[in-house]
Amino acid sequence: MVRSSLAVLVIDENRIRASIIEAGLREAGHQRVTVIHDVTGIARRIAEIEPDVIVIDLENPNRDMLENMFQLSRAVKRPIAMFVDRSDQASIEAAVDAGVSAYVVDGLRQERVKPILDMAVSRFNAFSRMARELEEARSELESRKVIDRAKGILMKSRGLSEEAAYTLLRKTAMNQNRKISDIAQSLVTAAGLLGPAEDE
Amino acid sequence: MSMRHQITAGFMPLFDSAVLVAASELGFTAREGIDLTLHRETSWANIRDRIAIGHFDLAHMLGPMPLACNLGLTPLASETIVPFSLGLGGNCVTISNAVWAGMAAHGAEADLDPARAGAALGAFIRERAVAGREPLRFAVVHPHSGHNYELRYWLAACGVDPDREIEIVIVPPPFMADALATGRIDGYCVGEPWNSAAVAAGTGHIVTVKAQIWRNSPEKVIGVRKVWADENPEALAALLRALHHSARWCQDPVNHGELANVMAQPGFLGLPPAVQMPILTGHLQLGGGAERDIDDFFLPFDKAANFPWKSHALWFYTQMVRWGHVAHTPENLAIARDCYRPDLYRSALKPLGVALPGANAKVEGALKVATAVGATGAGLVLGPDGFFDGQIFDPDEIDAYIAHQKSARAEA
Repeated sequence: MVRSSLAVLVIDENRIRASIIEAGLREAGHQRVTVIHDVTGIARRIAEIEPDVIVIDLENPNRDMLENMFQLSRAVKRPIAMFVDRSDQASIEAAVDAGVSAYVVDGLRQERVKPILDMAVSRFNAFSRMARELEEARSELESRKVIDRAKGILMKSRGLSEEAAYTLLRKTAMNQNRKISDIAQSLVTAAGLLGPAEDE
Repeated sequence: MSMRHQITAGFMPLFDSAVLVAASELGFTAREGIDLTLHRETSWANIRDRIAIGHFDLAHMLGPMPLACNLGLTPLASETIVPFSLGLGGNCVTISNAVWAGMAAHGAEADLDPARAGAALGAFIRERAVAGREPLRFAVVHPHSGHNYELRYWLAACGVDPDREIEIVIVPPPFMADALATGRIDGYCVGEPWNSAAVAAGTGHIVTVKAQIWRNSPEKVIGVRKVWADENPEALAALLRALHHSARWCQDPVNHGELANVMAQPGFLGLPPAVQMPILTGHLQLGGGAERDIDDFFLPFDKAANFPWKSHALWFYTQMVRWGHVAHTPENLAIARDCYRPDLYRSALKPLGVALPGANAKVEGALKVATAVGATGAGLVLGPDGFFDGQIFDPDEIDAYIAHQKSARAEA
């Protein structure tokens, strides 16, 4: 483990993502890590923490305010500039693609900061992947629910067994070249429009 | 219809992105063979970064922002040019009820007169200073913004030093009214509807407007990556024609209801149509029951609103110098002079046979009334373009203008 004296401040309104970054920084040997979710009173916090590196999510609507404060505020004793190694265009692109940016105090050597930025980028990407998978799982669950409701409607209105109801949905979907969940959703919507059939 | 040009653009959810949004939503870009993809952003810094690394070909930007990029004032930047302006005016200065009470005691009236309001605010600020109270804190949206420079211009012309006698902080537009209500700031300069929002909530008063500080003055622009513009002249010209048709459509009162509905969509401004009406009609509630109709409050098209005047860019440059954002050197002046590109606007619109200004720059503040001007095509009306303090900005006399503002400050 590398012993580091760098103070790192993570500003992210997304608590889960912030804690993932924080864990990554601690694993990499950074002990002085502070996480802030709400920027209210941040000038005072920065004066207290005196961070060497600040990591910000790009969705943060306060980014313009923060960037200006880093340069001008009386609370910030050492000027803080955006991490930009102009020779390393790929690194900048990777950060923006991932949705993260880093700011460092004046005079801090590039090679001390780069691993922190790289770690943040990979953790942001991992978080996005996780969020996407979660969303897929949620929509999978939703479509299973709607298929169950559509099966119920068919079983009741046409006297079919569960298996026959599902077969009918699947066949219709194949014939129309649509997803089975779309057919199910259409059926549920139509049943809702046609009256109290479903919940009688 | 097959699209000959693919263009990716960024915008901020502000009403003055309307010309860009309507160009896409009303089909003006499609008619020019352009497939325009719009990306909504959350900060000007994101717009700057995504332009710099090539995610966006162009974007809705604050008028001074491309200058700041080209002058090296931003951490990340690529050379950015301005071939089109998205409109004139649209901002107000709003203050808290407590500051309004203090100003009223010094003769302020709900008439939006910048000189009267500024004198009252100045008297209130000095009264507070004598009593040993904290300086008032004002917010603007970005350091390199029309808002910052017009607020400072107004205060300085009224004898208030914006660097020494007040504090200026940055707050994103949607948070302004809330910051005012909770006392974190005492006033702000921002575009609509964020002024009317404070008035509607009963927590603020509009004391003056951009349209009266400097009549028909520049605000947002289309900033284009120069590398992209150089490589895609046809796509850019087609886009400028689409924006021209869109701006004309946005200006016509017949379309205001539909425009407000388009902007109300969650992917654009995402605010109810009703709150967008003040910027479209120029009829504003000022607070305390007062209301006013403001001439030329916001113009997306009329008065050559889309022409990227070099004199607008150069005025922004003089204010950057004035407030210490950049040093006045021949090199920097040349960069500022090359940023706005009326030549590109003119060559793109020439085939349409529409009225085009004959000059690239004008003496700002010289037109006291709306004036028909000599131009190619027919029926071009400019101005009035006066500053409230009667000053004139002649882009051929920049050194004198900068020197005059510097000495006025030293004497104060």
